[in-house]
Amino acid sequence: MPRVTVDKERCKGCGLCVAACPQKVLEMSREINLKGYFFSCPVHQPRCLGCRICAVVCPDVAIEVAVNGTQYHYFTY
Amino acid sequence: MGERLLMKGNEAIGEAAILAGCRAYFCYPITPQTEVAEYLAKRMPEVDGVFLQGESEVAVGYMLFGAAAGGRKVFTTSSSPGVSLMAEAMSYLAAGELPVVIGNVMRNGPGLGGILPCQADYFQATKGGGHGDYHFLVLAPSSVQEAVDMMILAFDLAEKYRNPVMLLADGMIGQMMEPVEIPDFPEVRSANIAGHEDWATTGACGRKQHLVKTLYLKPEESFAHNLKLKAKYDRMEAEEVRFEESDTEGQLDALVVSFGTMARICQTAIESLRARGLKVGMLRPQTLYPFPGQRIRELAGQARMVFSVELNMGQMVEDVERAVQGRAPVHFYGKTGGLVPIPEEVAAAILAKVEG
Amino acid sequence: MATTVFKRPASLSTNVTHYCPGCTHGVIHRLVAEALDELGLRERAVGIAPVGCSVLAYNYFTIDFQEAAHGRAPAMATGLKRTRPELIVFTYQGDGDLASIGTAEIIHAANRGEKITVIFVNNAIYGMTGGQLAPTTMPRQVTTTTPRGRDVAEQGHPLRVADMLATLRTPSYIVRTAVHTPAMIVEAKRCIRRAFEYQAQGRCFSLVEVLSTCPTNWGISPAESTAWLQNNMVPYFQIKEFKSPEAEG
Repeated sequence: MPRVTVDKERCKGCGLCVAACPQKVLEMSREINLKGYFFSCPVHQPRCLGCRICAVVCPDVAIEVAVNGTQYHYFTY
Repeated sequence: MGERLLMKGNEAIGEAAILAGCRAYFCYPITPQTEVAEYLAKRMPEVDGVFLQGESEVAVGYMLFGAAAGGRKVFTTSSSPGVSLMAEAMSYLAAGELPVVIGNVMRNGPGLGGILPCQADYFQATKGGGHGDYHFLVLAPSSVQEAVDMMILAFDLAEKYRNPVMLLADGMIGQMMEPVEIPDFPEVRSANIAGHEDWATTGACGRKQHLVKTLYLKPEESFAHNLKLKAKYDRMEAEEVRFEESDTEGQLDALVVSFGTMARICQTAIESLRARGLKVGMLRPQTLYPFPGQRIRELAGQARMVFSVELNMGQMVEDVERAVQGRAPVHFYGKTGGLVPIPEEVAAAILAKVEG
Repeated sequence: MATTVFKRPASLSTNVTHYCPGCTHGVIHRLVAEALDELGLRERAVGIAPVGCSVLAYNYFTIDFQEAAHGRAPAMATGLKRTRPELIVFTYQGDGDLASIGTAEIIHAANRGEKITVIFVNNAIYGMTGGQLAPTTMPRQVTTTTPRGRDVAEQGHPLRVADMLATLRTPSYIVRTAVHTPAMIVEAKRCIRRAFEYQAQGRCFSLVEVLSTCPTNWGISPAESTAWLQNNMVPYFQIKEFKSPEAEG
C-alpha cells in the first residue's frame, strides 16, 4: 500500500501538492510548524495511488513516497 | 632557452607567461597591446594551451575567474579603457582569492583618450579600479627585459598570496623592441596553481563541495573575510616591496621618484644634472603596491626636495607626499596625453626648483 | 517491505531552501540534481550560480560551485570549461541575469558553441530585488518599476531568448519547457537530462529555458501562479524544442 510522508518542518505550506494530487489525499493542516507555515498532511492515506505527483511538484523535497508490493507505473520519471 | 633575442615588448610579455607555466589566455583586442593576443593566438596552441578572444573585456575578466577558480594559471592583457571594464571583475578576483595576472599596457585617457603611452592608471591600479577593500600586487617594469622578469614573478607572487597581480606597463614597453635574455628553467612549470587541490572547483570526487564565492551576507563573515584579505596585504607590505635606487648616498639636492619608462628618461636627466655638479638621486619603485614608502621617507631626510615625475597629471605624487611626511618639500613634474618629455625638459624642471 | 519510489537526489543537499513557498526554483534545482545523479555526473559537475534569487544555489547542491557576477556566468563557464573540458559545467540563471545584463555573454557563449549547459529560469520578473521589470515581463504586467503595467511602447516586448538563440548557426540544443504542472515537470526533467547528456558526449551548447512561477512578486498564491503562467506566458513563450544537434544534419 503506497505511503506518502510529509516532512512538516521542510514544508512551506505552498499548497501545490494539495492542488496536484489526483486523489485528494493531502490537505493543509490547521497546525503550524516551527517556521509558522501551515503544512501539508496526507489526511486520506488509503486513497493514495503512489503516483508520486505530490513529490514531483513539491519545491522543498518535503515529501517521500514509498510503496509495498505491486505498484502501477503511471509515468516515467 | 637562455638565449638573447630582440623582442617586441608585447610579444615578450606573452612568451614570459608561457615560461611561467601559464597555458590559458583570454583577451580582447585594444591598442597598444593587441600584439600580445596576436602572438599568443599562434603560440598558445603550440604549447597545447587555451587561447580565446572573448566578446568584451567585461566577459574576459570573468573568463579569468572561471579558469582560475578551476585551479588553472590564467592571464589577460588589456589597456586602460579595457581595464576599466574589468573593474568589477578585479574586485571579484581579489575577493575570491584567485591568483590571476592582468597586464595593463597603459594608454592616455581619460575616456577613449588616445593610443600613446601614459602612466595615468596609477590610481586605478594601486587604489583599486573596482569596489571594496582590496589590493592587487602591482609590478611596474621599465624595460622589455624587466617586463619578462616581472611577468614570471607575477605568476609566482600571485600563487604565493592567492591574490591577483597586475603588471603595469605602458605603450612604450608594449611597442618597442629590446634585447631580452629568456630565462632558462630546468623544467616546464605546471599549468595548475600550486595548492589548488584544497579549494579549486575540479569536481567533488570523493570530497565535499569546493565553493568559490564572494558573497558574504552575514556581517561577521564579511568582516572576517576582509580581515583575512588584510592579513595578506600586510604580509605583502612587509615582504614584497621592491625598488631600485641610484646615486642616493649622502646629502641630495633632489630625490627623484619615478616608475616605468619615465624612470629611464629621468635617469638621463639626472646624469646631465650630476654633470653640472648637482647631487640628484633616484628611487625607482618596482612594486607600486606595496609602495616603497619607508625607503622614500628615509631618503627624504637626506634630500632638500623630492620630485615625483610621472606621465600623468599627478597620481603617484600623493603616495610620495604621504611617505615623505613633510620632511622635505614634494614637487611634481609630468606630462600626459601621450606626450613624453625629453630628458632636457625633466632636467630643466628639477633645476628650476633646485636653483629657484 | 516498503520500497521508496521518491526521495532526495544525492546532488541536492539537505538544507531547506530560502526560496518562497511555491517557488519553482526548488523544483528546477531538484531536476538538475536528479539528472546529474542519473547520468553519473555528480563528481565532475561544477555549477555556476548567478545573481538573483538563486544566488545561494550553491547551498542546495553537494557539487562544486562558483558564484558569478550578474550576467557573467556564461563567461565564467567558458573560462572553466575551456581549461578543464572534462568537467560538466552548467550555469543556472534567471531572466534578469541572462536576458538583461548578460545578453552579450549568453549570445557569444552559444555562438561559440561552448560545450556547457545553461538552465534559464524565466519567471517574467526580478525576484530577488523585490519584483521589478524584467526583459521577459509580459505586456501590461504590473511590477514595482512598471506600476501602471509594462507599456510596450516604452519598454518594448518581452524577449524570447530560446527563439533568438535558435537562430544562431552553431549547432546546439535549445528548448523551452515549464514546471507549472506535474506533466510539464516530467517533461522539463527530460529536457534537462538531455541537455546534460549532450555535454557528457562533448557535443554542443545547450540552453533549457524553464517557464517558472514567482508567486510572491506576482502577488498571487502558488496555485494561482500556475494558472497565470499557463494563461499568460505559455501563449507568448512557445513550449517547444527549437533546435537540436541531430536536426542540423
